[in-house]
Amino acid sequence: MAKIIVVTSGKGGVGKTTTSAAISSGIAMRGHKTAVIDFDIGLRNLDIIMNCERRVVYDFVNVINGEANLRQALIKDKRAENLYILPASQTRDKDALSVEGVERVLKELADDGFEYIICDSPAGIEHGAFMAMYFADMAIVVANPEVSSVRDSDRILGILQSKSRRAEQGERVEECLLLTRYNPERVEKGEMLGVKDVEEILATKLLGVIPESETVLKASNQGIPVIHDKESPAGQAYSDAVARILGEEVEHRFMSVEQKGLFQRLFRRSA
Amino acid sequence: MSIFDYFRNGKKDTASIAKERLQIIVAHERNQRSQPDYLPKLQQELLDVIRKYVDVDQDQVEVQLDNNGNCSVLELNIVLPDR
Ligand SMILES: Nc1ncnc2c1ncn2[C@@H]1O[C@H](COP(=O)(O)OP(=O)(O)OP(=O)(O)O)[C@@H](O)[C@H]1O
Ligand SMILES: [Mg+2]
Repeated sequence: MAKIIVVTSGKGGVGKTTTSAAISSGIAMRGHKTAVIDFDIGLRNLDIIMNCERRVVYDFVNVINGEANLRQALIKDKRAENLYILPASQTRDKDALSVEGVERVLKELADDGFEYIICDSPAGIEHGAFMAMYFADMAIVVANPEVSSVRDSDRILGILQSKSRRAEQGERVEECLLLTRYNPERVEKGEMLGVKDVEEILATKLLGVIPESETVLKASNQGIPVIHDKESPAGQAYSDAVARILGEEVEHRFMSVEQKGLFQRLFRRSA
Repeated sequence: MSIFDYFRNGKKDTASIAKERLQIIVAHERNQRSQPDYLPKLQQELLDVIRKYVDVDQDQVEVQLDNNGNCSVLELNIVLPDR
Protein backbone atom coordinates (compact mmCIF):
# COMPACT_ATOMS: atom_id res chain seq x y z
CA MET A 1 0.00 0.00 0.00
CA ALA A 2 1.41 3.32 -1.05
CA LYS A 3 1.01 6.35 1.18
CA ILE A 4 -0.23 9.36 -0.78
CA ILE A 5 0.91 12.71 0.62
CA VAL A 6 -0.30 16.03 -0.80
CA VAL A 7 1.73 19.20 -0.28
CA THR A 8 -0.81 22.01 -0.40
CA SER A 9 -1.39 25.57 0.82
CA GLY A 10 -4.07 27.59 -0.92
CA LYS A 11 -1.84 30.63 -1.18
CA GLY A 12 0.82 30.69 -3.89
CA GLY A 13 4.56 30.96 -3.47
CA VAL A 14 4.75 29.74 0.13
CA GLY A 15 7.15 26.85 -0.55
CA LYS A 16 5.11 23.84 -1.75
CA THR A 17 7.45 22.86 -4.58
CA THR A 18 10.54 23.43 -2.44
CA THR A 19 8.93 21.20 0.19
CA SER A 20 7.80 18.50 -2.27
CA ALA A 21 11.32 18.24 -3.69
CA ALA A 22 12.95 18.13 -0.24
CA ILE A 23 10.51 15.70 1.37
CA SER A 24 10.40 13.28 -1.57
CA SER A 25 14.22 13.26 -1.79
CA GLY A 26 14.49 12.75 1.97
CA ILE A 27 12.05 9.83 2.06
CA ALA A 28 13.78 8.19 -0.92
CA MET A 29 17.21 8.62 0.70
CA ARG A 30 15.84 6.75 3.70
CA GLY A 31 15.35 3.77 1.41
CA HIS A 32 11.71 4.04 0.36
CA LYS A 33 10.67 3.85 -3.26
CA THR A 34 9.12 7.27 -3.84
CA ALA A 35 7.40 9.14 -6.65
CA VAL A 36 6.84 12.89 -6.73
CA ILE A 37 4.13 14.21 -9.06
CA ASP A 38 3.84 17.80 -10.27
CA PHE A 39 0.12 18.70 -10.36
CA ASP A 40 0.78 22.27 -11.48
CA ILE A 41 -0.49 21.78 -15.03
CA GLY A 42 0.62 24.57 -17.35
CA LEU A 43 3.20 25.89 -14.88
CA ARG A 44 5.55 23.05 -14.20
CA ASN A 45 8.40 23.90 -11.86
CA LEU A 46 9.29 20.77 -9.98
CA ASP A 47 11.49 19.63 -12.89
CA ILE A 48 13.61 22.76 -12.45
CA ILE A 49 13.96 22.35 -8.68
CA MET A 50 14.93 18.69 -9.22
CA ASN A 51 17.24 19.51 -12.14
CA CYS A 52 15.59 17.15 -14.63
CA GLU A 53 14.02 19.71 -16.98
CA ARG A 54 16.11 18.57 -19.94
CA ARG A 55 15.09 14.96 -19.45
CA VAL A 56 11.32 15.51 -19.71
CA VAL A 57 9.90 13.63 -22.68
CA TYR A 58 6.44 12.59 -21.60
CA ASP A 59 4.38 14.00 -18.75
CA PHE A 60 1.50 13.31 -16.35
CA VAL A 61 -1.20 14.31 -18.86
CA ASN A 62 0.37 12.12 -21.59
CA VAL A 63 0.05 9.15 -19.22
CA ILE A 64 -3.54 9.99 -18.32
CA ASN A 65 -4.45 10.31 -22.01
CA GLY A 66 -2.73 7.03 -22.85
CA GLU A 67 -0.16 8.75 -25.12
CA ALA A 68 2.68 7.27 -23.05
CA ASN A 69 2.95 4.67 -20.35
CA LEU A 70 4.05 5.40 -16.83
CA ARG A 71 7.51 3.89 -17.29
CA GLN A 72 8.20 6.20 -20.23
CA ALA A 73 7.12 9.29 -18.33
CA LEU A 74 8.79 8.67 -14.95
CA ILE A 75 12.20 10.32 -14.64
CA LYS A 76 14.71 8.63 -12.36
CA ASP A 77 16.37 11.11 -10.03
CA LYS A 78 20.15 11.38 -10.42
CA ARG A 79 20.79 11.97 -6.71
CA ALA A 80 18.40 9.85 -4.70
CA GLU A 81 18.43 6.17 -5.57
CA ASN A 82 14.73 5.38 -5.06
CA LEU A 83 13.19 8.58 -6.39
CA TYR A 84 11.16 9.10 -9.57
CA ILE A 85 9.63 12.32 -10.87
CA LEU A 86 6.42 12.60 -12.88
CA PRO A 87 6.47 16.06 -14.48
CA ALA A 88 3.41 18.21 -15.15
CA SER A 89 2.55 19.04 -18.73
CA GLN A 90 2.76 22.53 -20.12
CA THR A 91 -0.67 22.31 -21.76
CA ARG A 92 -2.97 25.21 -21.14
CA ASP A 93 -5.95 22.94 -20.59
CA LYS A 94 -6.20 22.98 -16.83
CA ASP A 95 -8.96 20.37 -16.82
CA ALA A 96 -6.69 17.78 -18.42
CA LEU A 97 -6.62 15.93 -15.11
CA SER A 98 -9.66 13.74 -14.45
CA VAL A 99 -10.52 11.97 -11.22
CA GLU A 100 -10.45 8.60 -13.01
CA GLY A 101 -7.17 9.40 -14.76
CA VAL A 102 -5.41 10.49 -11.60
CA GLU A 103 -6.74 7.47 -9.72
CA ARG A 104 -5.44 5.14 -12.43
CA VAL A 105 -1.94 6.62 -12.33
CA LEU A 106 -1.81 6.48 -8.51
CA LYS A 107 -2.96 2.88 -8.53
CA GLU A 108 -0.40 1.93 -11.14
CA LEU A 109 2.37 3.50 -9.04
CA ALA A 110 1.18 1.61 -5.96
CA ASP A 111 1.06 -1.67 -7.92
CA ASP A 112 4.57 -0.94 -9.12
CA GLY A 113 5.84 -1.01 -5.54
CA PHE A 114 6.02 2.70 -4.80
CA GLU A 115 5.73 3.23 -1.04
CA TYR A 116 5.29 6.99 -0.99
CA ILE A 117 3.66 9.25 -3.57
CA ILE A 118 4.14 12.99 -3.02
CA CYS A 119 1.71 15.29 -4.84
CA ASP A 120 2.95 18.85 -5.38
CA SER A 121 -0.25 20.90 -5.53
CA PRO A 122 -0.69 24.11 -7.52
CA ALA A 123 -1.79 27.22 -5.62
CA GLY A 124 -5.46 28.09 -5.29
CA ILE A 125 -8.52 25.96 -4.62
CA GLU A 126 -9.40 25.19 -8.23
CA HIS A 127 -9.42 21.93 -10.17
CA GLY A 128 -5.66 21.23 -10.06
CA ALA A 129 -5.41 21.75 -6.31
CA PHE A 130 -8.49 19.60 -5.83
CA MET A 131 -7.06 16.79 -7.97
CA ALA A 132 -3.79 16.89 -5.99
CA MET A 133 -5.55 16.50 -2.64
CA TYR A 134 -8.49 14.27 -3.50
CA PHE A 135 -6.78 10.89 -3.01
CA ALA A 136 -4.45 11.96 -0.18
CA ASP A 137 -3.90 9.87 2.94
CA MET A 138 -1.85 12.65 4.47
CA ALA A 139 -1.73 16.40 3.82
CA ILE A 140 1.21 18.67 4.50
CA VAL A 141 -0.27 22.15 4.70
CA VAL A 142 2.51 24.61 3.98
CA ALA A 143 2.09 28.06 5.51
CA ASN A 144 4.20 31.16 5.99
CA PRO A 145 3.86 33.13 9.25
CA GLU A 146 1.65 35.72 7.65
CA VAL A 147 -2.08 36.54 7.92
CA SER A 148 -3.18 35.72 4.36
CA SER A 149 -1.22 32.47 4.21
CA VAL A 150 -2.60 31.18 7.54
CA ARG A 151 -6.12 32.12 6.53
CA ASP A 152 -5.75 30.20 3.25
CA SER A 153 -4.36 27.22 5.14
CA ASP A 154 -7.49 27.15 7.24
CA ARG A 155 -9.62 27.11 4.09
CA ILE A 156 -7.58 24.24 2.66
CA LEU A 157 -8.02 22.32 5.92
CA GLY A 158 -11.77 22.85 5.58
CA ILE A 159 -11.72 21.48 2.03
CA LEU A 160 -9.65 18.45 3.06
CA GLN A 161 -12.20 17.74 5.79
CA SER A 162 -15.20 17.92 3.46
CA LYS A 163 -14.20 17.27 -0.17
CA SER A 164 -11.39 14.70 -0.11
CA ARG A 165 -12.15 11.06 -0.84
CA ARG A 166 -11.35 10.13 2.72
CA ALA A 167 -13.85 12.73 3.95
CA GLU A 168 -16.47 11.34 1.57
CA GLN A 169 -15.89 7.90 3.06
CA GLY A 170 -16.26 9.27 6.59
CA GLU A 171 -12.54 9.08 7.31
CA ARG A 172 -9.99 11.78 7.93
CA VAL A 173 -6.95 12.85 6.00
CA GLU A 174 -3.96 12.97 8.36
CA GLU A 175 -3.30 16.71 8.36
CA CYS A 176 -0.16 18.43 9.50
CA LEU A 177 1.27 21.93 9.38
CA LEU A 178 4.64 22.89 7.96
CA LEU A 179 5.55 26.47 8.78
CA THR A 180 8.16 27.70 6.32
CA ARG A 181 10.21 30.86 5.81
CA TYR A 182 10.26 31.27 9.58
CA ASN A 183 12.40 33.99 11.07
CA PRO A 184 12.87 33.59 14.87
CA GLU A 185 14.53 37.03 15.17
CA ARG A 186 11.48 38.76 13.75
CA VAL A 187 9.17 36.64 15.89
CA GLU A 188 11.10 37.71 18.96
CA LYS A 189 10.77 41.36 17.95
CA GLY A 190 7.01 40.95 17.61
CA GLU A 191 7.16 41.49 13.86
CA MET A 192 6.13 37.99 12.81
CA LEU A 193 3.53 35.46 13.95
CA GLY A 194 5.12 32.79 16.14
CA VAL A 195 4.78 29.07 15.60
CA LYS A 196 2.62 28.71 18.75
CA ASP A 197 0.22 31.37 17.44
CA VAL A 198 -0.19 29.63 14.09
CA GLU A 199 -0.58 26.22 15.72
CA GLU A 200 -3.22 27.60 18.04
CA ILE A 201 -5.20 29.24 15.25
CA LEU A 202 -5.13 26.27 12.90
CA ALA A 203 -5.37 23.60 15.63
CA THR A 204 -3.30 21.26 13.50
CA LYS A 205 -0.38 19.02 14.41
CA LEU A 206 3.01 20.62 13.66
CA LEU A 207 5.18 18.66 11.24
CA GLY A 208 8.01 21.15 11.38
CA VAL A 209 9.33 24.68 11.11
CA ILE A 210 11.57 25.50 8.15
CA PRO A 211 13.60 28.64 8.76
CA GLU A 212 13.95 31.36 6.15
CA SER A 213 17.31 30.57 4.61
CA GLU A 214 19.49 31.81 1.79
CA THR A 215 20.44 28.23 1.05
CA VAL A 216 16.98 27.58 -0.43
CA LEU A 217 17.57 29.95 -3.34
CA LYS A 218 21.09 28.64 -3.82
CA ALA A 219 19.70 25.13 -3.97
CA SER A 220 17.04 26.06 -6.50
CA ASN A 221 19.60 27.93 -8.62
CA GLN A 222 21.49 24.67 -9.01
CA GLY A 223 18.55 22.29 -9.10
CA ILE A 224 19.60 20.44 -5.96
CA PRO A 225 16.78 19.94 -3.44
CA VAL A 226 17.86 21.78 -0.28
CA ILE A 227 17.68 18.62 1.84
CA HIS A 228 20.96 17.52 0.22
CA ASP A 229 22.68 20.53 1.81
CA LYS A 230 23.56 19.02 5.19
CA GLU A 231 24.94 22.32 6.51
CA SER A 232 21.83 24.30 5.73
CA PRO A 233 19.36 24.94 8.57
CA ALA A 234 16.48 24.59 6.07
CA GLY A 235 17.94 21.28 4.83
CA GLN A 236 18.28 20.00 8.38
CA ALA A 237 14.76 21.10 9.25
CA TYR A 238 13.45 19.19 6.22
CA SER A 239 15.41 16.08 7.30
CA ASP A 240 13.74 16.29 10.70
CA ALA A 241 10.33 16.58 9.03
CA VAL A 242 11.06 13.49 6.93
CA ALA A 243 11.97 11.54 10.07
CA ARG A 244 8.66 12.58 11.63
CA ILE A 245 6.74 11.49 8.51
CA LEU A 246 8.44 8.10 8.89
CA GLY A 247 7.14 7.92 12.46
CA GLU A 248 10.19 9.00 14.45
CA GLU A 249 9.99 11.42 17.34
CA VAL A 250 12.36 14.27 16.68
CA GLU A 251 12.49 17.40 18.77
CA HIS A 252 11.64 20.64 16.98
CA ARG A 253 14.53 22.97 16.15
CA PHE A 254 15.08 26.35 14.50
CA MET A 255 12.18 27.91 16.39
CA SER A 256 14.15 30.26 18.62
CA VAL A 257 16.98 32.74 18.21
CA GLU A 258 19.47 31.11 20.62
CA GLN A 259 19.58 27.90 18.66
CA LYS A 260 20.08 29.65 15.39
CA GLY A 261 22.87 31.70 16.92
CA LEU A 262 24.60 28.53 18.01
CA PHE A 263 24.33 27.03 14.57
CA GLN A 264 25.66 30.15 12.96
CA ARG A 265 28.65 30.04 15.26
CA LEU A 266 29.26 26.41 14.42
CA PHE A 267 29.10 27.18 10.73
CA ARG A 268 31.44 30.09 11.01
CA ARG A 269 33.93 27.86 12.77
CA SER A 270 33.67 25.11 10.18
CA ALA A 271 33.64 27.45 7.20
CA MET B 1 9.28 46.61 17.97
CA SER B 2 10.98 45.75 21.26
CA ILE B 3 9.36 45.38 24.67
CA PHE B 4 10.89 48.74 25.45
CA ASP B 5 8.96 50.36 22.59
CA TYR B 6 5.83 48.65 23.80
CA PHE B 7 5.97 50.43 27.12
CA ARG B 8 6.98 53.69 25.53
CA ASN B 9 4.14 53.91 23.02
CA GLY B 10 1.64 51.62 24.67
CA LYS B 11 1.13 50.17 21.18
CA LYS B 12 0.73 46.49 20.37
CA ASP B 13 3.33 44.79 18.28
CA THR B 14 2.25 43.92 14.76
CA ALA B 15 2.41 40.15 15.34
CA SER B 16 -0.26 40.44 18.06
CA ILE B 17 -2.44 42.47 15.72
CA ALA B 18 -1.98 39.78 13.06
CA LYS B 19 -2.99 37.07 15.50
CA GLU B 20 -6.13 38.89 16.60
CA ARG B 21 -7.19 39.56 13.01
CA LEU B 22 -6.62 35.92 12.12
CA GLN B 23 -8.61 34.62 15.07
CA ILE B 24 -11.59 36.72 14.02
CA ILE B 25 -11.49 35.94 10.30
CA VAL B 26 -10.86 32.22 10.81
CA ALA B 27 -13.73 31.92 13.31
CA HIS B 28 -16.03 33.75 10.89
CA GLU B 29 -15.05 31.61 7.91
CA ARG B 30 -15.36 28.35 9.85
CA ASN B 31 -18.86 29.36 10.85
CA GLN B 32 -19.76 30.05 7.21
CA ARG B 33 -18.31 26.72 6.17
CA SER B 34 -20.67 24.84 8.45
CA GLN B 35 -23.67 26.66 7.02
CA PRO B 36 -25.83 24.71 4.56
CA ASP B 37 -25.29 25.42 0.86
CA TYR B 38 -28.81 26.76 0.36
CA LEU B 39 -28.29 29.70 2.70
CA PRO B 40 -27.04 32.28 0.17
CA LYS B 41 -29.94 31.44 -2.17
CA LEU B 42 -32.41 31.59 0.70
CA GLN B 43 -31.00 34.99 1.64
CA GLN B 44 -31.39 36.25 -1.94
CA GLU B 45 -34.97 35.03 -2.25
CA LEU B 46 -35.95 36.51 1.10
CA LEU B 47 -34.46 39.79 -0.01
CA ASP B 48 -36.49 39.70 -3.23
CA VAL B 49 -39.71 39.17 -1.26
CA ILE B 50 -38.94 41.94 1.21
CA ARG B 51 -38.09 44.32 -1.60
CA LYS B 52 -41.61 43.99 -2.94
CA TYR B 53 -42.72 45.91 0.11
CA VAL B 54 -39.78 47.88 1.43
CA ASP B 55 -36.71 49.28 -0.26
CA VAL B 56 -33.80 47.63 1.56
CA ASP B 57 -30.19 47.24 0.56
CA GLN B 58 -28.48 43.90 -0.06
CA ASP B 59 -26.30 44.25 3.01
CA GLN B 60 -29.21 45.12 5.27
CA VAL B 61 -30.41 41.53 5.39
CA GLU B 62 -28.55 39.03 7.54
CA VAL B 63 -29.40 35.36 7.66
CA GLN B 64 -27.80 33.07 10.17
CA LEU B 65 -28.36 29.46 11.10
CA ASP B 66 -27.31 28.46 14.60
CA ASN B 67 -27.20 24.88 15.76
CA ASN B 68 -27.95 24.34 19.44
CA GLY B 69 -27.78 20.64 20.12
CA ASN B 70 -30.82 19.05 18.50
CA CYS B 71 -32.55 22.22 17.33
CA SER B 72 -31.50 24.84 14.81
CA VAL B 73 -32.48 28.49 14.87
CA LEU B 74 -32.76 30.46 11.66
CA GLU B 75 -32.18 34.08 12.54
CA LEU B 76 -33.28 36.78 10.15
CA ASN B 77 -32.13 40.32 10.73
CA ILE B 78 -33.43 43.09 8.49
CA VAL B 79 -32.61 46.74 8.93
CA LEU B 80 -35.40 48.89 7.46
CA PRO B 81 -34.47 52.27 6.02
CA ASP B 82 -35.28 55.50 7.86
CA ARG B 83 -38.53 57.12 6.87
N1 LIG C 1 12.70 28.35 3.75
C1 LIG C 1 12.86 29.24 2.76
N2 LIG C 1 13.76 30.24 2.84
C2 LIG C 1 13.91 31.13 1.85
N3 LIG C 1 13.24 31.11 0.70
C3 LIG C 1 12.32 30.14 0.51
C4 LIG C 1 12.08 29.15 1.53
N4 LIG C 1 11.11 28.31 1.06
C5 LIG C 1 10.78 28.76 -0.16
N5 LIG C 1 11.49 29.85 -0.51
C6 LIG C 1 11.42 30.60 -1.78
O1 LIG C 1 10.08 30.97 -2.00
C7 LIG C 1 9.78 30.96 -3.38
C8 LIG C 1 8.54 30.12 -3.66
O2 LIG C 1 8.83 28.77 -3.36
P1 LIG C 1 8.08 27.57 -4.10
O3 LIG C 1 8.21 27.68 -5.56
O4 LIG C 1 8.53 26.31 -3.45
O5 LIG C 1 6.58 27.90 -3.67
P2 LIG C 1 5.24 27.24 -4.19
O6 LIG C 1 4.31 27.24 -3.03
O7 LIG C 1 5.51 25.95 -4.85
O8 LIG C 1 4.75 28.30 -5.29
P3 LIG C 1 3.53 28.13 -6.33
O9 LIG C 1 2.30 28.40 -5.52
O10 LIG C 1 3.79 29.16 -7.36
O11 LIG C 1 3.58 26.72 -6.84
C9 LIG C 1 11.02 30.45 -4.09
O12 LIG C 1 11.73 31.54 -4.61
C10 LIG C 1 11.80 29.77 -2.99
O13 LIG C 1 13.18 29.82 -3.24
MG1 LIG D 1 4.90 25.20 -6.80
